[in-house]
Amino acid sequence: MKREDIEHLAKLARIGITDAEADTLATDVTNVLSYISEIEDISGGEASEKQVGPLHTIMRPDTDPHEGNVYTEDLLKAAPNRDGRYVKVKKIIEEKS
Amino acid sequence: MTITELRKKFIEGSYTPVHALDDMRAVIEKRNGEINAFLDVYDDARVEAESATARFAAEGESAPSLLGQPIAVKHNILIKGKRATAASKILEHYVAPYDATIIARMREAGATFIGGTNLDEFAMGSSTENSAFGVTRNPIDPSRVPGGSSGGSAAAVAMGAAVASLGTDTGGSVRLPASFCGLVGFKPTYGGISRHGVIAMGSSLDQVGTMTNSVRDAEIIFSAVSGKDRFDATTITPETYPRVSLKDHYRIGVPRDFLSVGMEPDVLVRFDETIEALTKAGHEVVDVSLPLMKRGLAAYYIVMPAEVSSNLARYDGVRFGLHVDGANLLEDYFKSRAEGFGAEVKRRVLLGTYVLSSGYYDAYYGKAEQVRRMMRDEMNTVFKDVDLVMTPTSAAPAFKIGEKSDPLSMYLADIFTVSANLTGAPAISIPAGTVEREGIQLPVGVQYIAPHAGDERLFDFGKKAYDHALGIG
Repeated sequence: MKREDIEHLAKLARIGITDAEADTLATDVTNVLSYISEIEDISGGEASEKQVGPLHTIMRPDTDPHEGNVYTEDLLKAAPNRDGRYVKVKKIIEEKS
Repeated sequence: MTITELRKKFIEGSYTPVHALDDMRAVIEKRNGEINAFLDVYDDARVEAESATARFAAEGESAPSLLGQPIAVKHNILIKGKRATAASKILEHYVAPYDATIIARMREAGATFIGGTNLDEFAMGSSTENSAFGVTRNPIDPSRVPGGSSGGSAAAVAMGAAVASLGTDTGGSVRLPASFCGLVGFKPTYGGISRHGVIAMGSSLDQVGTMTNSVRDAEIIFSAVSGKDRFDATTITPETYPRVSLKDHYRIGVPRDFLSVGMEPDVLVRFDETIEALTKAGHEVVDVSLPLMKRGLAAYYIVMPAEVSSNLARYDGVRFGLHVDGANLLEDYFKSRAEGFGAEVKRRVLLGTYVLSSGYYDAYYGKAEQVRRMMRDEMNTVFKDVDLVMTPTSAAPAFKIGEKSDPLSMYLADIFTVSANLTGAPAISIPAGTVEREGIQLPVGVQYIAPHAGDERLFDFGKKAYDHALGIG
């Protein structure tokens, strides 16, 4: 894995990294990938279903909600930027200048 | 000291929850500066201890099971009004808006929360060296690690600053530190304890676990907190799995060919001595074949980072946690996550991003899930012949701080523990004597794995083989 590959992954993962970090990560990720590649040669098993244990798609009816506004202030308090009862976010689409 | 012993004294009134709390606070005062087990110590615990003391005087034997018991809690489990940092800069000032289900249930059972403990950032590590708030040291030998990621919780109990503690176990993060610190470390069947209010790492692997001074204590906490939770859809009921029986004597399988993986000789000697003691006590120990077990770690380092990269996407500097301002929203993300996450977290997020990226998904994540399924089948087949599977918890005792500098050698510390997470089986690490390093006796552990929903079997066996054998109350 090259430094450019790491930079691309970091971009996808929305993590800013320095050049030095990219170099270290390239070595580390390459080493780990070569280790985990050992599972490639395990064959057999029509087992392909991806689930943990016997539970799947377990949904309950959306009933019995807690009272309104009980957690609102606590949750808003955690937001870095707020405006009254709103979490403030920067503009997502910018106008072309 | 155990929960059972404390409770006995609390009922007699010879020693009260206030005494216990004060004594433990004194230990924290004296040792936490060096050990760094606790990130926060809760002053309101004193009020809880006072009320518990009054309740014991009034209720005696009928007091709830954990009344007045000082419990330490890993800093990735939410306690309303307290910080839950996950030992990350990105959550340094995050205050929990609600109680995790396990906390609410322990409160109901009367527990006193003495403080929040250190961990590897977001529970990623095997040594508690990856914390943004400093390493935790092993109270038995402070030049060594306590294991991880629940190292603070293990150190807290080992130094006598809590009677028991809560940790989380994604690949061995309760069992490994328990073995390094001479404690009983228990990870329930996947779904045995609610994860609601527990900061997620690898959601298909994560379980809350306990660190205690006896097997009985693990059982006491588990009975107080286990069971269905409407806030965690993966919690199981008694009907989810076939019932697992209890026996007078157990038939235990040892995957002998797996033990060749870099075991230190005297640790293997302790393991074989444990087998001898079990045989003497009337249990039967036989060799079994679990060839996929040694592949577990490779599958784990695909599944876990994949889930990490998804779970940690929520730390975006918008709704909570660290926010570093940039020119636009995208730059806010990059800067907040660059500054908020430590090196190991970044490594795993990128690894996970890679294995999930289109073109590689089938070769890595798809394959790993397949291997995982095969491991589960392999283990179920072995459980037709034996009641429990037994391995060392770790190939070596606690290592030196700074000793494992490259990530892969650190990852290998979990080689024996990850298969229980990948398969969802319950597992317990029980102390199995000590080995000497530089003149200090360091504890080692033996791990027992039971079939799904066999948590009670682990307790039953563990009480016979450990508590009763050693006369622990």
